[in-house]
Amino acid sequence: MANTVARSFLQVAATEEVASPLRVVQIEGLTILKIIKHCKEFSPALVTGQLLGLDVGSVLEVTNCFPFPIREEDEEIEADGANYQLEMMRCLREVNVDNNTVGWYQSTLLGSFQTVELIETFMNYQENIRRCVCIIYDPSKSNQGVLALKALKLSDSFMELYRNNNFTGEKLREKNLSWVDIFEEIPIKVSNSALISAFMTELEADTPVTQCDYDRLQLSTSPFLERNMEFLIECMDDLSMEQQKFQFYYRSLSRQQAQQQAWLQKRRAENMARRTAGEDPLPEEDPSNPIFKPVPEPSRLDSFLITNQISNYCNQINGVTGQSFSRLYLMKALHEN
Amino acid sequence: MASEHTVLQFSSPSSVSFTAKVHPLVIFNICDCYVRRPDQAERVIGTLLGSILPDGTVDIRNSYAVPHSESSDQVALDIDYHHNMLISHQKVNPKEVIVGWYSTGLGVTAGSALIHEFYSREVPNPVHLTVDTGFNNGEGTIKAYVSVNLSLGDRQLAAQFQEIPLDLRMVEAEQVGFDILKTTMVDKLPTDLEGMEASMERLLALIDEVYKYVDNVVEGRVAPDNNIGRFISDTVASIPKLSPTAFDKLVNDSLQDHLLLLYLSSITRTQLSLAEKLNTAAQVL
Repeated sequence: MANTVARSFLQVAATEEVASPLRVVQIEGLTILKIIKHCKEFSPALVTGQLLGLDVGSVLEVTNCFPFPIREEDEEIEADGANYQLEMMRCLREVNVDNNTVGWYQSTLLGSFQTVELIETFMNYQENIRRCVCIIYDPSKSNQGVLALKALKLSDSFMELYRNNNFTGEKLREKNLSWVDIFEEIPIKVSNSALISAFMTELEADTPVTQCDYDRLQLSTSPFLERNMEFLIECMDDLSMEQQKFQFYYRSLSRQQAQQQAWLQKRRAENMARRTAGEDPLPEEDPSNPIFKPVPEPSRLDSFLITNQISNYCNQINGVTGQSFSRLYLMKALHEN
Repeated sequence: MASEHTVLQFSSPSSVSFTAKVHPLVIFNICDCYVRRPDQAERVIGTLLGSILPDGTVDIRNSYAVPHSESSDQVALDIDYHHNMLISHQKVNPKEVIVGWYSTGLGVTAGSALIHEFYSREVPNPVHLTVDTGFNNGEGTIKAYVSVNLSLGDRQLAAQFQEIPLDLRMVEAEQVGFDILKTTMVDKLPTDLEGMEASMERLLALIDEVYKYVDNVVEGRVAPDNNIGRFISDTVASIPKLSPTAFDKLVNDSLQDHLLLLYLSSITRTQLSLAEKLNTAAQVL
C-alpha cells in the first residue's frame, strides 16, 4: 500500500496505459442478493440492472448495484430511464456508495443469453468504460440449489473484429478466432464485510439442513431438461439454416469461379489469335462483366452465437444429468437400506 | 368526578399479534450503509420497503439509507432524498411500499420518537427495526418495534415502542448458501457437483446421527423420547413402498433417459466441432 501512495500522479498516469488484464470479479454478498431479488421477482420476464464498484488492478470489485425498471418500447420512457439512472446514481453517491459503473447484470432463461443484443450492449458500455463486465443470473437454475451466476466479458480480439464489422471467413482465420473465443468467463469471488459476516454467523439456523440442500436433492429434473432440449432443438434448426446460407454462398462462389475461368480461357484464346494476327491483346480482366462482381459473404456472427448457445445447452444438460445420476444412486441406496 | 372519562390507556391501532419478517437483503443493506456511513455519524437510518401480507405479517423486503444529521435534541432527515429514492424504487417495483424505518444501534433512542412520527405520516403504523451493528451485548441484536400511543382521555401523552416478534428465518439466504454469505472471502463459487457433494455429505451425517441415536436408545444408553421416535418413524414411512422390481425399473428408466440425453449432448458437441472444421476447410477453395 505504501508505495502506491508514494507514486506521483505522473507515474500513475504512465502505468495506467498498460492495463493488466481483468482476472477476477469480486462481488459483495449484498450485490448477489440484490441481483437475485430483482431477477426472481420478475422471473420469467428478463430484467437488467447496473453494477457499481471499483476497478482495482486485475480485480474488478462489484460493491453495489441497482435495478432498471422494465423497459418499454417508447422514446419518452427511454429518456425517463436515463433520468432514473442518473437520479439513482446521485442518490447512491450521497450515501457513499461507489459511484462508478463497472457493467450491468441481467437475468436469463436457461442460459439463453448469447445474442447480438448482448454484444451490442457490451460494445456500448465498452465505449465509456475501459473495463466492464456482465453478470448473468439464471433464476430457473437456482431452483435446483445452484447459484447460477456468471461473469462474462467479450474477448479483445472479438471486439476488434466487431468494431470493423468484419466476420468473413478469411478474417476469422487470420485472427484464429473460433466460436469459443467470443465470450470470456471471468472467475467470481465473493466478499463480505466483517460486519455482515458476523451477522450471518449469528443468524445462521442451527439445523444442518438448509433450503439449498432440499432444492439440490429434489428428484424431478425432467421439466428443466425438457425445456433445455426444446431450446437445443430450436437452436439446431437455426444452425442448419445458417449452414444452408453458407452452402449457398459457396455454391455460388464456385459457380462464379468456374465462369471466370471459362471467360479467361476464351479471352486467352482470343488474344492468341490476335497476337498471331499482329494486333494488341485485349486486357485479361473486365470489371464491367457481372461475373467478376464479388459475391457478398454472409456474416459468421450469427452462426458463432448459435454455436455458443448450443454448447451452453449441452453443458447444462451434462451438468444436470450428472447431478441426477448421483441423486438416482443415492435414492437407490436409500431404498435398499 | 371527572376521572370517569379520563382513563389512562394504551391504544394500539391493531393490538392483534403483529409480526414482521425480514429478508436477508435488508440486513446486508443496513450493514453496508453502516460501513459506508459518514465520518461523524454514529448511526445510519433509512426507509424500509415491503408489503403487508394477507395474514398481517409485515414483509420487509428492501431498504435504502436516508442521510440525516443528529444533535442532542433534534434530528434532521433529508426528506427530499427520501422521496426521490422512494419514487425511484417504485419505478422498479410498484408493489413495494413504505412499511417503516430502520436505525442501527441497540434498542430505541431519544431521537427515534421524532423520526417515527415522521414515518407515521407516510404510512399508518410503521415498523421500527433496530440492528445493533456495534454488538453491544455481545450479539447482533435485531429487533422490531411498533409504536403504541399512550393517551389520557383524548389527550396524547406519549408514544411507547412495543417490541414485536421478528421472523429472521432466511430462506433466501439459505438458497444462496450461508457458506458464501458468512465468510469474508470466497475464492470460487461452488459448481453443480460440488454443491451436490456437500448436500450428500450432510445427508449422510444426518443419517449417521439418527442411527447412533436409535442404537443408543435400543441399547438403553439414552432415555427414549417419544417425539423423536415419531419423527423418525414418519421419515422412514415417507419413503414410498415399492416392490423391488418396480423400483429397479423406475431407477433404470430414469438412468437410461439421462444417459440418452448425455449421449445426445455429446454427439451434438462432436457435430459442432466437426462442422467448424468443415467450414474452415471449405474456405480454402
